[in-house]
Amino acid sequence: MKLDVEIYRQLKDFTLDLSFSAGEGCLGILGASGCGKSMTLKSIAGILRPDRGRIVLGGEEKRVLFDAEKSICVPPQKRQVGYLFQHYALFPNMTVEENILVGLEGRQAAENRKSQKNRFWAGMGQEKRKQRLKELVEQFRLEGLEKHYPGQLSGGQQQRVALARIFGYEPSVLLLDEPFSAMDTFLREGLRLELARVLKSFSGVSIMVTHDRDEAFQLCSHLLLMDRGQILTAGETREVFRKPRCCSAARLTGCKNISRIQHLGTHRVRALDWDGLELVTEDEVEEKHCAIGIRAHDLMGLSDAQAKEWEDKAGGNLIPVGRASVSEMPFAWYITLENGLWWKKEKTMNARGIAGMLPAWLRAEPSAVLLLEGE
Amino acid sequence: MDWMPVIISLKTAGVSIAVTFFLGILAAWMVISMKNDWWKGVVDALFTLPLVLPPTVAGFFLLYLFGVKRPLGRFFIDYFGVKIVFSWGATVIAAVVMSFPLMYRSARGAFEQVDPDLCSAARTLGMSELAIFRRIIFANAHPGIVSGGVLAFARGLGEFGATAMLAGNIAGKTRTLPMAVYSEVAAGNMDQAYSYVLVITAIAFFSVILINRAGTVTVKKRR
Repeated sequence: MKLDVEIYRQLKDFTLDLSFSAGEGCLGILGASGCGKSMTLKSIAGILRPDRGRIVLGGEEKRVLFDAEKSICVPPQKRQVGYLFQHYALFPNMTVEENILVGLEGRQAAENRKSQKNRFWAGMGQEKRKQRLKELVEQFRLEGLEKHYPGQLSGGQQQRVALARIFGYEPSVLLLDEPFSAMDTFLREGLRLELARVLKSFSGVSIMVTHDRDEAFQLCSHLLLMDRGQILTAGETREVFRKPRCCSAARLTGCKNISRIQHLGTHRVRALDWDGLELVTEDEVEEKHCAIGIRAHDLMGLSDAQAKEWEDKAGGNLIPVGRASVSEMPFAWYITLENGLWWKKEKTMNARGIAGMLPAWLRAEPSAVLLLEGE
Repeated sequence: MDWMPVIISLKTAGVSIAVTFFLGILAAWMVISMKNDWWKGVVDALFTLPLVLPPTVAGFFLLYLFGVKRPLGRFFIDYFGVKIVFSWGATVIAAVVMSFPLMYRSARGAFEQVDPDLCSAARTLGMSELAIFRRIIFANAHPGIVSGGVLAFARGLGEFGATAMLAGNIAGKTRTLPMAVYSEVAAGNMDQAYSYVLVITAIAFFSVILINRAGTVTVKKRR
């Protein structure tokens, strides 16, 4: 199955203007808050109507969900698009069971529509619906909670109910809007694994919106980076992280060190924001490149002796540490050099003080220097 | 004690709350669904007017509309053979008009409190718009609507000014409890007035307690 999306919508501060396709595996949309991510999902679900564009679901049979030129706008009720809301949007007046049944009723209505049968005559019998409900309750581990109201459940349980409700509806497309933002940090990691399993069992198109790069990396096979309504980069997740292409994309994927550059040669640049530090790059520097990025993880600490070995080699990329300021996190040191560079050094909780641990030099592999285009 | 005013008052308040309840909800739903903000404001102001006008002025407008020589009054006489002014029906009309804004505003506030994501979620799950109103919006706005109903009922029970203008103060016909209190005090029968005051206070107090309970029980169950 494949979903082709082309949306244009004039907003107050910027215009939402994108076109992309989603197919196998989960597509992640990564962007800062307020960049139009949720709006994109809402347009696909039919909750919002774009000014222009086309949304087509391709599979065995092609279904046009939206086409501005042909004035087609299928109402959300008939799109077969499941939407997991940021705060799950469970109906507070209904029990867990009743919430899931809403999804099953929707499924039934869709099937009746397909077979053109009168809804009073056909469809899932009472028995079959009960059976399906039981399956969903088991699949999403909600046994014993059937008669509870959403207000009585934990965040994780609420998410499972919302997913069960959507899976009961058997949509062709699954949209996930910041699935973990409403949850405590310590719950997230376990739930991410759980969601990864759920996504694997889903056979349709799935799209997840997030502003958390770890989430995006873990759950999505393809990634789309977005800023102010535009697509910055798109591609396979690993590739997008490896080569973010532009500054905003680098920032979104978690690159802390970004500097403007002066071109010195085909593989040589001067970092203007890091006290004119000269660096060698692996890729060729082109006209369009106007900045470089180095991930805080990618810097290596070297002693004086180790640094000597690199001194005369091309691609040494040595950076003197000098007087650095250090800030302690539970499992890492954040070290800021005088020239503005960030370095992250892993540590254990037992480490006491960084005295003696601070190396004299840092080194960046030429392949770790990311060449970036403008903003 | 003459029980007629008690009976008339209960009948008036009962019938008028039944009418106001549905009218108010309908009006609230209509205003919320309006797309044009300017018109929305105008209609809202119109619906709220009876709340901010002095009751006698509202009554004056009603008299102006339903008077025997006025188009609306004539219409009722010609087609239904009913004279509205100074009839029992007039007490109901006055109570409905005066209590309507309270019901309308409470219902509107309660509807607007319902998370729009709930409606969107229901839509993406294939629920029809009518079912969404009934099962999602109305069901979740329930406490607010009930409290609006309580206020409207109390307002209808205590309605005086507009009733006096449109229905008058005819003993055994349009003399409601507030009217009776006024008449007895005016005539110097303080003992009679005391008993009416007691009755109206008791009715108001207990109906509010009763309906409040009905509202909170459903909400507590879901926590």
